[in-house]
Amino acid sequence: MGALLNQRFLTLAVLAVVIAVLPLVFPSSYYFRVASLVWVSALAAIGLNILMGQAGQVSLGHAAFFGIGAYSVAIGPAHLGIPPWAALSIGAALSAVLAYLVGRPILRLKGHYLAIATLGLGVLVALVISTESRWTGGPDGMPVERLTLFGWRVSGSYTWYWVTGALLLVGTWIALNLDETPTGRAFRALHDSEVAAQVVGVDVARFKLQAFVIAAVYASIAGSALAFMNGFINPDQAGFLHSVELVTIVVLGGLGSVVGSIVGAAVLVTLPQALTVFHEYEHLLLGLIIIVSMIFMRSGIVPSLSGLFLRRARA
Amino acid sequence: MKSQTTLKMMLAAGAFSVAMSHGAHAQDTVKIGSVLSVTGPASFLGEPEDKTLRLYVDKINAAGGVAGKKLELVIYDDGGDANKARTFATRLVEDDEVVAMVGGTTTGTTMAMIPVFEDAEIPFISLAGAIEVIDPVRKFVFKTPHTDKMACEKIFEDLKKRNLTKIGLISGTDGFGASMRAQCVKVAPNYGMEIVADENYSPRDSDMTAQLTKIKNTAGLQAVVNPGFGQGPAIVTRNYAQLGMNTIPFYQSHGVASKSFIDLAGAAAEGVRLPAAALLVGDKLPANDPQKKVVTEYKQAYEAATKQPVSTFGGHAYDGLFILVEAMKRANSTDSGKIRDEIEKTKGFVGTGGIVNMSPTDHLGLDLSAFRMLEIKGGDWNLVASGS
Repeated sequence: MGALLNQRFLTLAVLAVVIAVLPLVFPSSYYFRVASLVWVSALAAIGLNILMGQAGQVSLGHAAFFGIGAYSVAIGPAHLGIPPWAALSIGAALSAVLAYLVGRPILRLKGHYLAIATLGLGVLVALVISTESRWTGGPDGMPVERLTLFGWRVSGSYTWYWVTGALLLVGTWIALNLDETPTGRAFRALHDSEVAAQVVGVDVARFKLQAFVIAAVYASIAGSALAFMNGFINPDQAGFLHSVELVTIVVLGGLGSVVGSIVGAAVLVTLPQALTVFHEYEHLLLGLIIIVSMIFMRSGIVPSLSGLFLRRARA
Repeated sequence: MKSQTTLKMMLAAGAFSVAMSHGAHAQDTVKIGSVLSVTGPASFLGEPEDKTLRLYVDKINAAGGVAGKKLELVIYDDGGDANKARTFATRLVEDDEVVAMVGGTTTGTTMAMIPVFEDAEIPFISLAGAIEVIDPVRKFVFKTPHTDKMACEKIFEDLKKRNLTKIGLISGTDGFGASMRAQCVKVAPNYGMEIVADENYSPRDSDMTAQLTKIKNTAGLQAVVNPGFGQGPAIVTRNYAQLGMNTIPFYQSHGVASKSFIDLAGAAAEGVRLPAAALLVGDKLPANDPQKKVVTEYKQAYEAATKQPVSTFGGHAYDGLFILVEAMKRANSTDSGKIRDEIEKTKGFVGTGGIVNMSPTDHLGLDLSAFRMLEIKGGDWNLVASGS
């Protein structure tokens, strides 16, 4: 147990050091912006990874919760006079309630059926957001009031780098801890075999639902953070393509690996920025890199590479 | 052991982001930025814009540049994603250090980028349609395309001439359609228009006969207006003909002002009217038209270089680039603030979209005369003679 605690602590410490050291080498606030986007995507992906990697359930509509979080902090202050900070919590609560209500029936489904049901949820939420233009500003999106905390106006790429970095640290810490709790072990039992898990007394339905709700709250908070950071939000963030992007981050980085989600997010967010020098070949190369890494690192970047290093170390 | 791997991975990720290119600055060049939706759902707008900017920046440089300096064009493709556009906007401002920006293909991407340029105090000439871009006026934001409000006004003006006042609306639920519908509803009373039917469709719908039948059966209906862009309006037009509604005057918006609309709608497009820029009918303009020279030259240059038919969207980029270049010449400086002041003083600029007269309260500078009322006849655009 002590060793486990150390390892968890070490991962977190490394992440904290990386977040603290990166600014020393960043030449301009554009880099802070890109890094903040990595932290936000990573936060959403860590949540989704709890559902996909640990509990073994797929969600193709996860951007719906991201969108709910984002639009809560946009609509709350603008239309209902709710302070931005409270709107973030309300968004997270709304996402949790929606995930609970919707999760109860749909998590009884398996495989393709579950994927389609979550896909439907995602499409529905995106549709509501782009149609209810009186509240959401419609397909062109709406502005988001700046976040103020105790009179301090949170704005600028530099500030948001630290805020999102801190959020990521907290999210990582919770996910790492969860991995080693009875709940986390129940999730993994589910992942390996539902029947076996049920036989040893795991309440399958309850734990699936728990994972779904946790994942929804992660996505919602990440969505709120992005909306605050951009000061503007549009329905794309709740759309199907964003759901796919989140799933890609999780699978690319490594199912079940918390660090994998961060690495996956870093790759998927920074790669398009780095590939702009290739102009029209940009999308071709992006696709190629993802395909090649999935062929040669089937279990994802982090698990595959750490497996390789472990084998080298033993040999 | 696992943690060491973790460390290595993270350092690699960190090093990767640092390795992203960082351009060198030369004294004899001046950087102009652009973020366009060259790929993705708005690519039919972004692609001609991209080609136009590249073509004309090369031409300007071949002719000696601006105020003794060569232009360096930095274009990023946002794929229509507002969040990506925002990141690229930050990159243009912080990393590329551009002096001005001409871009922002859609209203969504433009609205997401505005705060970046306003904060950095760098002039931003947008190529997006909706009126929100310049209303309220923002100090550093300008735009070249006609607004959807002007399109509604032009259509209503024409309807009024024909003594038609009871109209039906069928609009797309996409950004363009929703925004233009709202503007039409808002300005309708100014022209004595009464909206007797108001239907909508999703941009991906493949059949709109249900909505059209409802409009057809509305008592007192005299004309139908379709705010929308992309393939939706082409389907509406086909359904309109299928339902035998051709006897009721039908208006499309400037959003379909490209040859592909006529190709898609086919014979059903006959008799459809729409407001559009002079660029579409350059060869039919009378010789004394002030825009004749500009639009025919742009059309020839664009079609010779790209082997593709010209579209009004590329024209918006042409106008944006030259408003900027003229302002830079007048300012004789590469200072963003001075360039902004000169853009605002643009007077009598003849572009493909119309004659631009900007002021501190008008960052578009076009009036209704910038739009021509066209009618589709024999599979081609024709000017509607004023008074008919």
